[in-house]
Amino acid sequence: MILDNQCPSGPLADQWDNHRRNLLLINPDNKRKYTVLVVGTGLAGASAAATLAELGYKVEAFCYQDSPRRAHSIAAQGGINAAKNYPNDGDSIYRLFFDTIKGGDFRARESNVYRLAQISNGIIDQCVAQGVPFARDYAGYLQNRSFGGSQVSRTFFARGQTGQQLLLGAYQALSRQIRAGKIRVHTRREMLDLVVVAGRARGITARNLVSGELESYAANAVVLATGGYANVYNLSTNALGSNVTAAWRAYKRGAYFANPCFTQIHPTCIPVSGNLQSKLTLLSESLRNDGRIWVPRNRRDPRSPEQIPEAERDYFLERRYPGYGNLAPRDIASRAVKQICDAGFGVGNGQGVYLDFTDAIQNLGTETIRSRYGNLFDMYLRITGEDAYRRPMRIFPAPHYSMGGLWVDYNLQSTVPGLFVLGEANFSDHGANRLGASALMQGLADGYFILPYTITDYLAGTGPGRNAVTDDAFDQSRTATEECLQQLLAVRGDKTVDEFHRQLGHILWNNVGMARSEESLQRALQQIPPLREEFWNRVRVPGRSDDFNQELEKAGRLADYLEFGELLARDALNRNESCGGHFRVEHQTEDGEALRDDANYNYVAAWEYRGDQTPPRLHKETLRFDSIETAVRSYK
Amino acid sequence: MNLTLHVWRQKGPEDRGRLERYAARNIDPELSFLEMLDQLNGELIREGREPIVFDHDCREGICGACSQVINGEAHGPQAETTVCQLYMRQFQDGDEIYVEPWRARAFPVIKDLVVDRSALDRLIEAGGYISVGTGGVPDANAILVPGEAAETAMDAAECIGCGACVAACPNGSAMLFVAAKIAHLASLPQGRPEASRRVCSMTDAMGREGFGNCSNHYECEAACPKGISVKFIAQLNREYLKTLPKAATSKAP
Amino acid sequence: MQLTQLLRNSVGRKLIMAVSGLLVTGFVVSHLLGNLALFAGQEAFNLYAAQLQQLGPLLWLFRLGLAGTLLLHVFFGIWLTLQNRAAKPTGYAINRIRSTNLAAKTMVFTGMALLLFLIGHLLHFTFRRIGLPPELAHDAGGTLDVFDMVTLSFQQGFPVLLYAGAMLALFLHLGHGLGSALQTLGACNDKFLPGVRKGGFIVALALLLGYVSIPVLTFFGFVTP
Repeated sequence: MILDNQCPSGPLADQWDNHRRNLLLINPDNKRKYTVLVVGTGLAGASAAATLAELGYKVEAFCYQDSPRRAHSIAAQGGINAAKNYPNDGDSIYRLFFDTIKGGDFRARESNVYRLAQISNGIIDQCVAQGVPFARDYAGYLQNRSFGGSQVSRTFFARGQTGQQLLLGAYQALSRQIRAGKIRVHTRREMLDLVVVAGRARGITARNLVSGELESYAANAVVLATGGYANVYNLSTNALGSNVTAAWRAYKRGAYFANPCFTQIHPTCIPVSGNLQSKLTLLSESLRNDGRIWVPRNRRDPRSPEQIPEAERDYFLERRYPGYGNLAPRDIASRAVKQICDAGFGVGNGQGVYLDFTDAIQNLGTETIRSRYGNLFDMYLRITGEDAYRRPMRIFPAPHYSMGGLWVDYNLQSTVPGLFVLGEANFSDHGANRLGASALMQGLADGYFILPYTITDYLAGTGPGRNAVTDDAFDQSRTATEECLQQLLAVRGDKTVDEFHRQLGHILWNNVGMARSEESLQRALQQIPPLREEFWNRVRVPGRSDDFNQELEKAGRLADYLEFGELLARDALNRNESCGGHFRVEHQTEDGEALRDDANYNYVAAWEYRGDQTPPRLHKETLRFDSIETAVRSYK
Repeated sequence: MNLTLHVWRQKGPEDRGRLERYAARNIDPELSFLEMLDQLNGELIREGREPIVFDHDCREGICGACSQVINGEAHGPQAETTVCQLYMRQFQDGDEIYVEPWRARAFPVIKDLVVDRSALDRLIEAGGYISVGTGGVPDANAILVPGEAAETAMDAAECIGCGACVAACPNGSAMLFVAAKIAHLASLPQGRPEASRRVCSMTDAMGREGFGNCSNHYECEAACPKGISVKFIAQLNREYLKTLPKAATSKAP
Repeated sequence: MQLTQLLRNSVGRKLIMAVSGLLVTGFVVSHLLGNLALFAGQEAFNLYAAQLQQLGPLLWLFRLGLAGTLLLHVFFGIWLTLQNRAAKPTGYAINRIRSTNLAAKTMVFTGMALLLFLIGHLLHFTFRRIGLPPELAHDAGGTLDVFDMVTLSFQQGFPVLLYAGAMLALFLHLGHGLGSALQTLGACNDKFLPGVRKGGFIVALALLLGYVSIPVLTFFGFVTP
């Protein structure tokens, strides 16, 4: 199959307008004859569900949490980008587009990213109208701040809880449609299979997490907005429930998985403290605006930080990237931290560097720092028991976001007709690395302003038809899913799901983490299958399937991660270049920067499932850059 | 450290439930409270017993899923801290710890420490939004929001919807939750047109969902992990008062 | 929307509680101010009592209004309390209080106690059916010396204890009730909020001291018939 990305032709700036002009419409009265399933209620899912319902479609929304408001978009701290150019500092749609493409190391589609930049302004307007309390100045005008990887101030923010406020805006729009009877929300439901009838996505199989019952839902189209897969590393900044299951099961039903090796490691997280730790906590990147990152010049220096004199400290980011200093993009900062720790200069348990506010406190005063970062310092104190006003924070990179995901065309449709994928779940517009404050922008762009147009075109083309779960495909899907659950319960082994997850996480973090080599990737590919086999022979899942069984939920998700982790490593091995978050040690410049190979890897790698025993097939969607010149990404 | 836990176990909504005693041994003080429960659950699973079911997700204090009453305090002893952000160094070796689910008629227990909080969602559905559809909105700077108003709105909007206010309230009232949403939206010019309808329908819904009435104990504020002030309850009351002159002159619907 | 929604709405019912409570408190304050005339001597106090009586129908209008307000307050108080109990059917094995206090938790009990006291107080001094000291005599015109009635009554230990106990209940009831009513009326904001709670207790304490001073000082012989 040749991947047709459906990207319009013509000048970039006109593409989305021209494309919309050609999309089919459905008259308002007829829209209610169509049902759409939306899986996931984060920024992308909630905004899509609300907007589709406003248009008149019948919408069924699903989330595994007890309320749609708890989706993990809520944890995004920093902000949301838009090309408003309110500060008059030279921003424009083109510049946001260019920064995003460059930040992604030229591994995203021009057409998509330009559209994203065009839509960004409308998102801010929409959110303000919904009541999102963005920061304002005294006179009432919106405030902006700058973020890593850009030289203009284009980030809108609501304290350190921008994701929360945007999600509540979308959740409230969703709630309004629930009240209007246009949306039914199914909480504590986990999608476990995609139902494909006659080559089209026509429904899902979902498990009621309270009763354990498997339920079938039929519709004219299915929308996945199920987030990312950073939890494949076990320890990440994602919520514990974040999983790849919905996307993975769709992959097994024919949706291609694109660029799984593009994962983002966030530089400013609280380091790991023990083996039983369940989660890594992110501290907003904004800390790097005032904090200075350093390590002792002596390896394994036993002294406490305040005893180490200035001359014996190495401010390695400032030394290596004098232009951007401590504000170098995420992937570059993360890698530098890892390299210096691997060389033995790490502090704490060796896996950490100092983020020091001593200078900032001296220059600006404790109160200013408290007003800027007080909540982050409090959070650091709660988690580590250390007071960052008195001694430097310790930070270390942690898996945070996945740029890869299900392959979609310009219409956000996957390779399964009728299956649309939004937000972090699709392979997205961020290329090989996402800039700060761009995830929220993309999720909302997909949900509010792109999908409602493109899905209408699809639905108009197929007609309403009848939605019934009577087709054999639904029964077969339920039966297969139930068998899988029973298999997990039947193992009755001696190791818990968490133990296996820790093992998988170790393999991936050590071999497919921030720095990857052919050797490490081969090692991962050798280690994952035996671990998977051991899992199916030794895992202990207590309880029954017809009950509220959290271990069974976790086991199902881990079973998918054990398969997905292999694809992640396979993709990383295939991509024999360094770009963005994907760093192959074989491909670096003399001073350790990523070396892209545009001649051979200027493509999106989309993987097709061909059965459990057969390796997946690679399809390449070549990227075309008509409007910009690809360049070496330098932040020096 | 070694601890004795008394954990509420309840097989389902129909089960009567009981406190059961567990020994949590060799607990690293660097663990979070939920990680301590993870460790205990691991041991229970290996012993062939049913692990304790509890709600949790983000584990960074923002999603509002975690919901446990620890030694009689919603979210445990540390002020402005969710259970997931509570660390074991807050406890002493040998402590006895009681862990119970949120208690309120509006929050029926589903299993063990998990309760059904969908009543809070229905309160928002009753009117906790601004009725704007996607598209057709003015530029974000077209309607100015004084910085102070934006700050007040944000103070209220920080609510994570965990329900600790209801759990801590002797009356099982959801006043602080509703007040936070009323205050958030009423403080913004965009929310003003619907302010009076919103306050009436949301507070009406409060009664329908089986929440009690606020009698100003302020336990909610003390339990709130986001430190949401009861001044917003006064603001709700003001918003409600403002509807009365109009109500007095309007006819029955 | 209609005003009947007040009855159906939780905040509406609380408003009724707050307004009726504050009205009754207004009476309680003025009643104390009037009663303090006792310390000005027999003549002044009896004059005050006589002037009150001269109001005639106005007095009865006032009394009926007050009684109605009070009944409303009692009715809604009980209704709200029952609702609140129903909303919290199960308590905790361990219950740790972080913010509330005895006054807030005992509102319904102090309220009932005050209601009982009020009935007794009316029977005692208004309808003069109980507790009048035997030595109290009517004068020639058949009217009663109000000053003597009060002071002679409070020379007995039991009524003094009863009145003092009731005033303690009043202190607790208003100690929470005043601040609570202002909060319900939306009077609190960042600046006032901490003050209102304290202020309520200070006013309640003043009322306690004022009211208790009458029986106690009389008992210890500072006021003599």
